[in-house]
Amino acid sequence: MVRGSEWVKCAALRRGAAVTEASEGLSRVGRVPSSPARTTTLRNAVGLGVAVGLYGTAFGAAAASVGLSALQALTLSLLMFTGASQFALIGVLGAGGSALAALGSAWLLGTRNTVYGVRLVPLLSPKGALRRMATAHWVIDETTALAVAASDRGLARLAFLAGGAALFTLWNVTTFAGALGAAALGPTARAALDAVVPAAFLGLLWPRLRPAFPEAARQRLVALGGAGVALALTPVLPPGVQVISAVLAVGLAGRPRASEVTE
Amino acid sequence: MSGGALWAVVVIGGVGCYLLKLAGLSVPAAWVQRPWVTRVVEFVPAALLSALVAVQAATTGNRLVLDGRLVGLAVAAVALALRAPFIVVLILAGVAGALVRVLAG
Repeated sequence: MVRGSEWVKCAALRRGAAVTEASEGLSRVGRVPSSPARTTTLRNAVGLGVAVGLYGTAFGAAAASVGLSALQALTLSLLMFTGASQFALIGVLGAGGSALAALGSAWLLGTRNTVYGVRLVPLLSPKGALRRMATAHWVIDETTALAVAASDRGLARLAFLAGGAALFTLWNVTTFAGALGAAALGPTARAALDAVVPAAFLGLLWPRLRPAFPEAARQRLVALGGAGVALALTPVLPPGVQVISAVLAVGLAGRPRASEVTE
Repeated sequence: MSGGALWAVVVIGGVGCYLLKLAGLSVPAAWVQRPWVTRVVEFVPAALLSALVAVQAATTGNRLVLDGRLVGLAVAAVALALRAPFIVVLILAGVAGALVRVLAG
């Protein structure tokens, strides 16, 4: 019997579901305030939230500089809540692009959140339509990275929720602050902001070009191709359309290697 | 673009991005996890973000333009390569852009 129940417990642990409950039980018995893994997870989530909050300020300022009101910038952050798409939307509008070009760029960049969602389902297993709809809003680069890096499902759920809460709060607060701040800028500060926006895009792109990123060489090739296509088409296409056309450069990635197809 | 049109873009854009997220949690995994789908999705950000960097830094309307933005971008690239914190990267790029404007009159 003992062996049997031990086996059941091990199976539950292996599935990851019971780990946090078990550690909570242990910490209550041993009067340990909380498990180190949970503390580390929470600290990582808050740290990431603060770092991304800085992007929020830049986003708010950039949104204001292309003509969005502070309320519109905030609404965008509340509703869209995915940084690259938001930057793309205002970037295309700022370049004089049409609404369709702006929406197209934002949605194309939003497709990776679909893939993240598929990856997160087995970790978070959101039950019921309501919980799934609530979970979906926080499916972004950072929360996915936090959840996937967690060592079990309990921690993955905690990382997703804590990271999502920290990011959502700071992203929206700083967006609003950045937009209000930018509205009060003079011409020289405007020139500074004009230079900050491409730098912010480069900051979003940079991690994908680092050697540690999967297939970094291909990523760099595609990035060069994307910039080349966009610049070459700038004189002949309506503003913004050249940005969407840059997806053609994805062809430079080539076929997946055989080992990745099975993943 | 008028305020009303901007509001429409903000709301429609936001709802569209939300539905893309919701789809990932709702559709069968096999629909999304086809090799060519994941392949394209993995590389779309590199192509689009890089295009946006180029367009934001070096174009105005239909023209290629060299001004303080490109100088700011170069400074940002150096700062990123030296692993400077994000806020430092943005400040340096902004200062470079403003300096060029002041010097160029």
